[in-house]
Amino acid sequence: MTATLPPRAAADPQGAGPARVNSYTSGKLPRWAAPALTVACLMGAIAVVALLAAAGAIGEFSLVLAVILGTVSAIALITTISLIAEGRRAATNRFMIALVITAFVVALLPLVSVLSTVLVNGAPRFDLQFFTWSMRSVIGEGGGALHAIVGTLQITAWATLISVPIGLFAAIYLVEYGRGPLARAITFFVDVMTGIPSIVAGLFAYALFALIFGEGVRLGFAGSVALSVLMIPVVVRSSEEMLKLVPNELREAAYALGVPKWLTVVKVVLPTAAAGIITGITLAIARVIGETAPLLIVAGFTSSMNYNAFSERMQSLPVFVYTQYANPGTDVDVYLERAWAGALTLIIIVMALNLIARLITRLFQPKAGR
Amino acid sequence: MSKRIEVRDLNVYYGKFKAVEDVNLTIEPRSVTAFIGPSGCGKSTFLRTINRMHEVIPGAYVEGEVLVDGNNLYGKGVDPVLVRRQVGMVFQRPNPFPTMSIADNVLAGVKLNNRRIAKSDAEALVEKSLRGANLWNEVKDRLDRPGSSLSGGQQQRLCIARAIAVEPEVILMDEPCSALDPISTLAIEDLIEELKTDYTIVIVTHNMQQASRVSDKTAFFNIAGTGMPGKLIEYDETATIFSNPAVKATEDYVSGKFG
Repeated sequence: MTATLPPRAAADPQGAGPARVNSYTSGKLPRWAAPALTVACLMGAIAVVALLAAAGAIGEFSLVLAVILGTVSAIALITTISLIAEGRRAATNRFMIALVITAFVVALLPLVSVLSTVLVNGAPRFDLQFFTWSMRSVIGEGGGALHAIVGTLQITAWATLISVPIGLFAAIYLVEYGRGPLARAITFFVDVMTGIPSIVAGLFAYALFALIFGEGVRLGFAGSVALSVLMIPVVVRSSEEMLKLVPNELREAAYALGVPKWLTVVKVVLPTAAAGIITGITLAIARVIGETAPLLIVAGFTSSMNYNAFSERMQSLPVFVYTQYANPGTDVDVYLERAWAGALTLIIIVMALNLIARLITRLFQPKAGR
Repeated sequence: MSKRIEVRDLNVYYGKFKAVEDVNLTIEPRSVTAFIGPSGCGKSTFLRTINRMHEVIPGAYVEGEVLVDGNNLYGKGVDPVLVRRQVGMVFQRPNPFPTMSIADNVLAGVKLNNRRIAKSDAEALVEKSLRGANLWNEVKDRLDRPGSSLSGGQQQRLCIARAIAVEPEVILMDEPCSALDPISTLAIEDLIEELKTDYTIVIVTHNMQQASRVSDKTAFFNIAGTGMPGKLIEYDETATIFSNPAVKATEDYVSGKFG
């Protein structure tokens, strides 16, 4: 191994010249080397692809091809240069960092793309009328999604009201009380439930409510039940993890003060885990608020306002987007614009939920440190 | 306020594993008793049986009797919650409740039990307990700050204040100074000396100087080997244990020849 050590190992630690060089920094590429090389490679790749296109070798100019070419060549070049100048360990490090950054960008691309597309296409109909009108008697232009927004908020609120108590209590049982086969069975079935296709949840809710109200039943609340089937396992899982994070010492401290177990759970364990639990619940809401399939089955679709989740059909935003897209009238563009605006509204609601969760997390977090 | 503890033929188990075997001893009221011995010899385990904290661990159980003023803690129908209100405990690592302020930590025993307490009574209790734990002067200006904002030694004294606020008969301390610096340790040792006038105190320690400084009586525990149960080897006046022990193993341990 000694033979492959770079020359910096032999550098004089005292420094020979008047400007004393730190032996730990010698033989390293400067900080700007990697970014500069990446930019150069991307520019070069664009130029090459443009030239090829101009020469008629590859047809039209393709930015995607240029970026791929630039990225690959940048990774290869950085690694090679580093291997020569800095040695094997540093080269491996640079190669891995390059891969990680590339993966990050690749993961981010669809997100940015979806967001920008929805913003651009949804903006034209993101107006006052969209939030004050329903689709009742609207053919062609105009109309709005108020009925769908109200529906989504109500259906999701009811789903949350059903899921949070059940999910949280199940998690408390699993962490604080559950021992043996029952606890293992619950954990297993919660894991199974996480994988249930949403359409199955919808069919389950339909079958349940058809038993009570007869076939052909459509209720906003039935939609909530379907969503809660999807939501409960997420709430159980996240709450369970958060409760497990509460140190046992705190429970013992409470027991040692003569506090009964249930009060320890209510007043010590839950407040300590509150921030994480609320975040988990918000993520669970975000997970179900965009569900289309179960609501299509049990909540139905309508173009009228319905403020009562317990009677008649109820529109929701995802179903609104779906119907606008699937059944356009003669003027197709008007319907598509409404669909985009609906999608934009849904994304904004989810974002708002996440922001609220962050805020609550900050408020509830145990005040740490000095 | 303090009470006599008698332990008779006590065996402690973790599931099938017998951790402590056949302990018999009597702890006098208003005294400090130290448990010493090598790691894993069961002294902490034994300490936790005195306020039924032992059974918090799944699968753990106890055979024999622990009598506090003649009442068996392990009798039928004894509520462990009531036991723990009379036998308080301070743990190895300071563990103030992170969601509560300093004052609320002291009042934890009251507030967590949903007992109502008048504001003036609460303030008086906070001051009395913090004074009792020698912490009042350091924190009186910041009672509403989180308990975790204190230093390790202060946190441990906060935990002691929390324990004495529920006015127990007995205070158990499980290596209360092992995470602290010498100055904080000294503060806690002084405190133990003061608390002795009101409470029966049992302390587990690895520090033999500490045991000789603070305790009236000392119990030496030992194990024959890993997987074997721990046993009470010798229990006597602290001076006797450290100067003229009856058993060879005790002498070897306190003089540092092993362990």
